[in-house]
Amino acid sequence: MSITREEVAHLASLSRLALGEDELDRFAGQLDVIIAAVARVQEVAAEGIPPMTHAAGVINVFRDDTVVPPLGADAVLSQAPSAEQGRFRVPRILAED
Amino acid sequence: MTETMPVVPYDGAVARYDPVFGLETHVELGTVTKMFCGSPAGFGAEPNAAVCPVCLGLPGSLPVINRAAIEYTIRIGLALNCSIASWCRFARKNYFYPDMPKNYQISQYDEPLCTDGWLDITVAGADFRIGIERVHLEEDTGKSLHVGGATGRIHGADYSLVDYNRAGIPLVEVVTKPVPGTGALAPVVARAYVTELREVLRALDVSDVRMEEGSLRCDVNTSLAPRGSGTWGTRTETKNVNSLRSVERAVQSEIERQAAVLDAGRRVVLETRHYHEETGQTTPGRSKEEAQDYRYFPEPDLVPVAPSAEWVERLRATLPELPSARRSRLQAVWGLSDLDMTALGNAGALDLVAGTVAAGAAPADARKWWLGELSRHANESGTELTALPVTPAQVARIAELVASGSLNDRLARQVLDGVLAGQGSPDEIVAARGLAVVSDEGTLLAAVDAAIAANQEVAAKVLDGKIAAAGALVGAVMEATRGQADAARVRELILQRLAQP
Amino acid sequence: MSGELTGLTAAAIAASVAAGDVSAVEVTTAHLDRIEAVDASVHAFLHVAADGALRAARAVDDQRAAGRPLGPLAGVPLALKDVFTTIDMPTTCGSRILAGWQPPYDATITKRLRRAGIVILGKTNMDEFAMGSSTENSAFGPSRNPWDLSRVPGGSSGGSAAAVAAFEAPLAIGTDTGGSIRQPGAVCGIVGVKPTYGGSSRYGVVAFASSLDTPGPLARTVLDAALLHEAMSGHDPCDSTSLDAPVPPVVAAARQADVAGLRIGVVTELSGAGYQPGVLARFSEAVELLESLGAKVGEVSCPHFSYALPAYYLIAPSECSSNLARFDAMRYGLRVGDDGTHSAEEVMSLTRAAGFGAEVKRRIMLGTYALSSGYYDAYYGKAQQVRTLITRDFDAAFEQADVLVSPATPTTAFPIGERADDPMAMYLADLCTIPSDLAGNAAISVPCGLAAEDGLPVGLQIMAPVLADDRMYRVGAAVEAALDQRRGHPLLDEANGLGAAGPGREAGR
Repeated sequence: MSITREEVAHLASLSRLALGEDELDRFAGQLDVIIAAVARVQEVAAEGIPPMTHAAGVINVFRDDTVVPPLGADAVLSQAPSAEQGRFRVPRILAED
Repeated sequence: MTETMPVVPYDGAVARYDPVFGLETHVELGTVTKMFCGSPAGFGAEPNAAVCPVCLGLPGSLPVINRAAIEYTIRIGLALNCSIASWCRFARKNYFYPDMPKNYQISQYDEPLCTDGWLDITVAGADFRIGIERVHLEEDTGKSLHVGGATGRIHGADYSLVDYNRAGIPLVEVVTKPVPGTGALAPVVARAYVTELREVLRALDVSDVRMEEGSLRCDVNTSLAPRGSGTWGTRTETKNVNSLRSVERAVQSEIERQAAVLDAGRRVVLETRHYHEETGQTTPGRSKEEAQDYRYFPEPDLVPVAPSAEWVERLRATLPELPSARRSRLQAVWGLSDLDMTALGNAGALDLVAGTVAAGAAPADARKWWLGELSRHANESGTELTALPVTPAQVARIAELVASGSLNDRLARQVLDGVLAGQGSPDEIVAARGLAVVSDEGTLLAAVDAAIAANQEVAAKVLDGKIAAAGALVGAVMEATRGQADAARVRELILQRLAQP
Repeated sequence: MSGELTGLTAAAIAASVAAGDVSAVEVTTAHLDRIEAVDASVHAFLHVAADGALRAARAVDDQRAAGRPLGPLAGVPLALKDVFTTIDMPTTCGSRILAGWQPPYDATITKRLRRAGIVILGKTNMDEFAMGSSTENSAFGPSRNPWDLSRVPGGSSGGSAAAVAAFEAPLAIGTDTGGSIRQPGAVCGIVGVKPTYGGSSRYGVVAFASSLDTPGPLARTVLDAALLHEAMSGHDPCDSTSLDAPVPPVVAAARQADVAGLRIGVVTELSGAGYQPGVLARFSEAVELLESLGAKVGEVSCPHFSYALPAYYLIAPSECSSNLARFDAMRYGLRVGDDGTHSAEEVMSLTRAAGFGAEVKRRIMLGTYALSSGYYDAYYGKAQQVRTLITRDFDAAFEQADVLVSPATPTTAFPIGERADDPMAMYLADLCTIPSDLAGNAAISVPCGLAAEDGLPVGLQIMAPVLADDRMYRVGAAVEAALDQRRGHPLLDEANGLGAAGPGREAGR
């Protein structure tokens, strides 16, 4: 049930959080306590109980295939940390694969 | 970057190993708007001009499902003989990537809209039933332009520029079941499957299915097992396979590579590989064993999709005649051979021939023009037949002019060249250039007599019974009439003149 | 004059503006002056939009002058939680990662407020991305409780609650995910409402936990809350989870303020150990009061409520780990480390490490853990099953009772800093409010007196079934009227955190 510092480092990496060593220590301790507490859900006899993902019991909500005017490049690029040639400039991407 | 890898010659590989392949085909739907918002889904907008808070994933924005995308997907599922889920949900696939505005992709995970169907294809006279595992719906990502570095590719680039116009365009993924038992035909069967799938999608009018523009893209799974072992080997997934030819080559190249690995007593690594159009080879990518954990969970911003039986039946009623049925029907009507029909299919000329026949041409003539002269033009200019600037009606008119004897084949080709060059309709070009077969017998006889007089030695041979020698005289007459004579008639006249009294 | 105007209820302001007794500009100016005077102490606002507010007020006055009809809250100032997108104001969610972000679009609720002639004074402080119960998780410093400036105003909508309790605005809007409206409402001695999930639009509300987030009103009276509830609610086609149903008649219910014959269930599981004695004392009195007003009171048991907190702390972090992934420094907001040497992935990680506070990081990692393959079934999956069980508990309880009641919070406002380093202690503040978030039903917190031991406000929580929000307004208004009558003045008149500055007393309502 307990979580190791290495696991926390892995979670931080999965979550794209560049944590310092001291942060890792602190979070490892805190997450350990929290995970132990939330693990109480496992005490509940939930055999055959359907999971509930939505409070609203609604189905089939669709929209028609009609155009809504988009924002326009200027509006979206004005908030970009960096832009070039009408595009969002981002640091070099390491190949996904 | 591409190191040479050992391969086994194809024939040897398939003699010792049984290939199994599978395909995941991504199809951009041709809806007017995107999957979850009203931004236009078409090509051609300036970068980042076709984005809104939703497809740019701005904080606070929420997705709403495009009904048309659901209907298109159900129609695809029905055309592929799938069961349509009576209840399903979208999920979030979580991973970080700069071209993904929310850093999760809304997709379908364990509850696809369509499951368990099939698509029948015929290759070299043999029938294959390709099992369809699932058809599901998801959203496309943005597109990156890589700046700096030598190649303009992602590797070695200094930075990238992202355009999110494509982000959120509805994407259908058609996943086959593993296809065993095709032996040496595996690459061809894989290609034929994608070809047929493309025909089905085109008939459904749900996508423009243009592989070169990326609206249809394939990932190819391939594995090998020792021949007759009945087991399945470890598969690789080859990405970036974006033409029909590449599908075939990617399967073949993986078979050759994996055979070499197995021959060397090593094991095939479960991994993603990249296909390179230039070399026809694959190179290794991410190992699947260290694959990301996508942390799928039901998309809480959307509610379940529960198509009623009535809705599904209404959509079933809108299905067009599917390509295989249509081909059988047309083949019977046109009286063409299996081989001809396959050739028409491969060339994407079926509709064009149908249109040409509808405009009055004989089926054989229509086939001849589209697979012959017009295919040559398309190859030379590197375009598809459908992109040539000539209509089936114009082709039919040219065929008609030949059939009526107004044009010979050579003249007809000149007329066609004129049409393709944008000089007008066939009749306009015939009139403008004065292209017509010389049919005045007097003129022709004068030309024949002149040719005989000028070629006495040849004429003597013909008189001696060496009929084949008449060809030279025909050529001389054709030259004299600048090609505007019916060569067959000229030959007749020459033989008449030189006949023994 | 200005003190009198800020002491008025929203209903009174709207009536005065409509009657021409006071202009919307005068009302707005009075509130801007009040903010100027006290917000340095309270720190309820992250952004005050004086010009925009006066412009909106002038538009209302012009509309009235032109003889065009005014909406029921036209000319009434409002404080908007900084989690709603606003095209003319920054939207930060209390986070450094969004500092200065100017959204290119208005939230649906923002649009509705503008259309109703409601004057948006500015954006209020909150726990970062609505994660917290004290506003101490705001990157821009905590807000303070107008009853005692050394104490928290609750959270996450603490800025909104403090603004209303400090008479900086008669109305405010917050969002409730685990109690983020009701808990600050309770500890600030005002009314806080979580409508039925789907009753108010989430479009343009920066998401914390999508399946739980519910915008709702904060006000000094039940009627004011009802008026705002009606103005902001209703179906929104831009939010797939928005309910396509009529807004429950909450204003009529607040005016009815009558509990005769109503069955009221006291939830057994929401009391006892861990509850402050003064909270329980005020709660019991409120229940007795309801009985004296003709309600039929009985106990009901909701056995799975004890699992609500753990289930919540799996579901909400799971959703937030995904919802907050978009803050990656690529398209908007903060970017750290883009010096040509770092890759996009590294810049994302550096930015998120620098831009998010500790609580947000904890929850993102907790959620990432709960959704990981191998853990999903044991954590997230199980929590969703618990959610079903809690909903079934509610269903069964609402068979026996028309509304359910409990304390809104286990304790009164705690001192700033007391729980800042103890996440689990902080999480307990939402013990009573979380069940209704998980089930999606409606709930309200209404002030029911001060705890004897610290003289701080206690909230009575009234829970109603899905789309029966009107019932809790009926009960809340009845309690409010009876207590005000017994006391001789509104509870908030006793707030003295701001010394003599309490405008409620000046107003002499």
